[in-house]
Amino acid sequence: MSRLAVPKTYKLFIGGKFPRSESGRVYEVNSVAGEFVANAAQGSRKDMRDAVVAARTAQPGWSGATAYNRGQVLYRIAEVLEGRKAQFVEEIMLVEGSSAKEAAAQVDAAIDTWIWYAGWADKYTQVAGQANPVSGPYFNLSVPEPTGVVGAIAPQSSGSLLGLVATIAPILVSGNTVVVVPREDAPLTAISFAEVMATSDVPGGVVNVITGSPAELAPWMASHADINALDLAGAGNLDWASLQIAAAETLMRTLAPVEGIPASSLNRITAFTEVKSVWHTKSLI
Amino acid sequence: MRSIPAVSDLTAESLADFLRALPGVDAVGLEARAADLGTRSIKTSSKAWAIDTIIKLIDLTTLEGADTPGKVRTLVAKALVPDAGDLSTPTVAAVCVYGDMVATAVEALGDMHGDPDQGKVSVAAVATAFPSGRSSLAIKIADTQEAVAAGADEIDMVIDRGAFLSGDWWTVFQQIVAVKEACRRADGTHAHLKVILETGELVTYDNVRKASWLAMLAGGDFIKTSTGKVAPAATLPVTLLMLEAVRDWYAATGQRIGVKPAGGIKTTKDAIKYLVVVAETVGEEWLVPHLFRFGASSLLNDVLLQRQKLASGHYSSADYVTLD
Amino acid sequence: MSFMDYAPAPESTGILNLNEHYGLFINGKFVAGRGENFTSISPATEAPIATFSTTTEADVDVAVRAARSAYDSVWSKMSGADRGKYLFRIARLIQERSRELAVAETLDNGKPIKETRDVDIPLVAAWFFYYAGWADKLDFAGLGANPKSLGVAAQVIPWNFPLLMLAWKIAPALAAGNTVVLKPAETTPLTAMLFAEICQQADLPAGVVNIITGAGETGKSLVNHTDINKIAFTGSTAVGREIARAVAGTNTKLTLELGGKGANIVFDDAALDQAVEGIVSGIFFNQGHVCCAGSRLLVQENIHDEVMDRLKTRLSTLRLGDPLDKNTDIGAINSREQLDRITALAAQGESEGGERWSPVCDIPAKGFWFAPTVFTGVSPSNTIAREEIFGPVLSVMTFRTPAEAITKANNTPYGLSAGIWSEKGSRVLAVADKLRAGVIWANTFNKFDPASPFGGYKESGYGREGGLSGLAAYLEGGAA
Repeated sequence: MSRLAVPKTYKLFIGGKFPRSESGRVYEVNSVAGEFVANAAQGSRKDMRDAVVAARTAQPGWSGATAYNRGQVLYRIAEVLEGRKAQFVEEIMLVEGSSAKEAAAQVDAAIDTWIWYAGWADKYTQVAGQANPVSGPYFNLSVPEPTGVVGAIAPQSSGSLLGLVATIAPILVSGNTVVVVPREDAPLTAISFAEVMATSDVPGGVVNVITGSPAELAPWMASHADINALDLAGAGNLDWASLQIAAAETLMRTLAPVEGIPASSLNRITAFTEVKSVWHTKSLI
Repeated sequence: MRSIPAVSDLTAESLADFLRALPGVDAVGLEARAADLGTRSIKTSSKAWAIDTIIKLIDLTTLEGADTPGKVRTLVAKALVPDAGDLSTPTVAAVCVYGDMVATAVEALGDMHGDPDQGKVSVAAVATAFPSGRSSLAIKIADTQEAVAAGADEIDMVIDRGAFLSGDWWTVFQQIVAVKEACRRADGTHAHLKVILETGELVTYDNVRKASWLAMLAGGDFIKTSTGKVAPAATLPVTLLMLEAVRDWYAATGQRIGVKPAGGIKTTKDAIKYLVVVAETVGEEWLVPHLFRFGASSLLNDVLLQRQKLASGHYSSADYVTLD
Repeated sequence: MSFMDYAPAPESTGILNLNEHYGLFINGKFVAGRGENFTSISPATEAPIATFSTTTEADVDVAVRAARSAYDSVWSKMSGADRGKYLFRIARLIQERSRELAVAETLDNGKPIKETRDVDIPLVAAWFFYYAGWADKLDFAGLGANPKSLGVAAQVIPWNFPLLMLAWKIAPALAAGNTVVLKPAETTPLTAMLFAEICQQADLPAGVVNIITGAGETGKSLVNHTDINKIAFTGSTAVGREIARAVAGTNTKLTLELGGKGANIVFDDAALDQAVEGIVSGIFFNQGHVCCAGSRLLVQENIHDEVMDRLKTRLSTLRLGDPLDKNTDIGAINSREQLDRITALAAQGESEGGERWSPVCDIPAKGFWFAPTVFTGVSPSNTIAREEIFGPVLSVMTFRTPAEAITKANNTPYGLSAGIWSEKGSRVLAVADKLRAGVIWANTFNKFDPASPFGGYKESGYGREGGLSGLAAYLEGGAA
């Protein structure tokens, strides 16, 4: 006689905790064939508000950690993810309709992408920063620094785990914190990934996951004055021009939508940094 | 403003505490400010005033091993009549000589020996084992007393840079106090004491600031940059820094201390920059002989050439001013 | 007489050989604009200098077409080495004509000749020299091999550093292989037109640089033109926001250098005399018409009185008057409009309880002038502590601890510049790390260099000008 399974309740991930949506709403997540798989929390604007507060609170600590430490914390996520591969393969097969091989390939790619970015934590400032030979008795360095709190829309029609990872990893590397809306119709991997983070060494609030409708949530992000930058990677099917118009109110930096999964690149890291030039007088006496 | 301890209250420790508490100097900012003031454009009537003022502020100097009474008498003659072709040319503030030449200078000046603020010419003597300062305090005091007895109005003493650089600020301080006492005449007046910091050997601006305050605390009437025997001698930033110390001293005590850049100022153009730095740092009331001097020898002739140019409208030649 | 009433030392305007009227510079030639002519006046005397054409929307289209055509047929095909040679030529011509450019800039802008002579124009030449050398080294720009130019750049610049802002825009754009249409501010178009002459002297291919004059409407037509690949704007945050909205949903790249309310932080262990100089240059350089001005002075409470005494003594030596006089420190306010704005904000500062102080200084009868002004007793909530005044007005506040200084400095929607004054290196570096501003000057202020990126956090804009970042702003692609 087969054992009766215990289904998981998928909630939000805010400030290192897993609350239900304050709105009390959930939506059905179905398989490609249309069968019910689970309920996901239908995040609201107030959940978004809470997530931004959590992200803002966590930001100084995350960016203030040493680059080596950030790199290790990010690497730890990949380790834990590797150990829980089977769960992600299963969720991807169930919701995205992938074959076992495709699902495994997506999880592998997600782990490898994560590691690629983790390794940048203590290097990107060296590659993207400069020592400037100014004409005068001054020491002058330009260093990229995290922009702050970043809102992100993960890809909505590509692999749900890989899309999420390729979106948030480059944001986190430099010390930003993030509020991300994962793929709406396949949010399970995002919440399972949040569980990975919760059991790794990631401080609460560094990553916040709000499942639900990007169309509903993105405008609240774009108009939120305490979000410094907006990654529209998965917003291609939204009215992203309007999002950019709303973002312009606070000169929020925006990165335009991409097709599919964002390619791994240093540019995605530096897109969410600010170059700071520091001058100091320099003289022997 | 910081409170100023009295000489009698100071100890080695409290002096050190005071000097260490002075604000630092940022070399880049100081030099930038001096350079900026150096861009002032002094033209026409301002230039004419500046030229006569420079002459009135010069300590015409000869400090050579080869100095003779004849050389000193020649110097005095030039001090009294800088330009025989134009008798409206003012006299210089003082002649500056070694101690053994004071009597000669006093004699050569005759009736014109006196207070430069009254249009006369003073005699300044370098003393205290000038220029190195490497002798015992007893010799330094004797050196000073002899010069004062011979009629010197001003004593240009050197500080013990070795003691200063080794951190023995108290010795430097005590020696200045002692030399100041040696400047006292029988009638209770005393010769003006100029304290030469030899900034070229102190090297850092922080040292110059500390030494300036140390000299003022010890009773120096003037602080002077250099002996002229060490390079670099006077520079515009160092002089600006010393003027800032003098300005702050005045704000704290109401007492005006003089400043004398010496050595290396050779052209009118350079000297005018110093006037600008004085005027814009401590105010132009400092541009009088008892508060500002140029220690110079060749500067005077360049100023005279410029003066002739202003008067005649055409450029002059070195053949139209006397060598000495 | 008083020595410090320095006799007048005016720089001669005899070196200028100005036209009575300047048309638009399109496709290598000066052409008439279709809009009405306007007059640029000297803000120091209100005397007219020359008339300029207003560029209509149709004219803008002609200019953009010229730039596109030059991009397609000449500039994008030219070797980087040759593009660099043109830029080197321009740099040399600027040096050769530097006196003339300095005089023209002072006349048109009202800033002191000592600034145009010693700061603006030397930096203009330096900017072209720096970027000239990049033109054939784009593979090293950090974007991977073979980065591509963007196409036609629309560039709109302000009136506070007219020719320098032109250099910041045009030099990197051309080095990267773009062509440009640039609009100078309507109150300061003169040196841009002299620059157009320099482009002719350099034999720069027609259409690579196009300069169109006019007011805000012209700028709007330019940035809204559909055949633009890049917009670079320096000016107010309000206009920057408008431009950001206008390019929403497009692929047009955007660099914005906007407003600021820079904090200048003086710790009690600072080199005080140099700090005072830094406060002065921070807010009174260029009459405070500087987006990165140190307009908020944050001074540690235990040295507030001493710093104010020293500052006031120092300000009493500032010389306000004829900008062409070589001894003038404070020139004219650029326009009546700006003067009115500064006057109104200063009045508000007073009405909100700030204690207002200015040194005694004679204000000339004609022209636009505003005496250097210091407000003490300002609260962070006061208007003059929040709003960018863009004039010679300093708002002084105090702090007690480094943490409080950092919090107060960052407590603004802007994030362009900040200053730190302390002799303690460790503190300087730690505070520099925590300030949310794109340019941090430690123990100095208002220094600029073509090798050093400049630009803001938050509402001070995005993108950087200067240095490698400034070059990358005009490139895309590569395989990084």
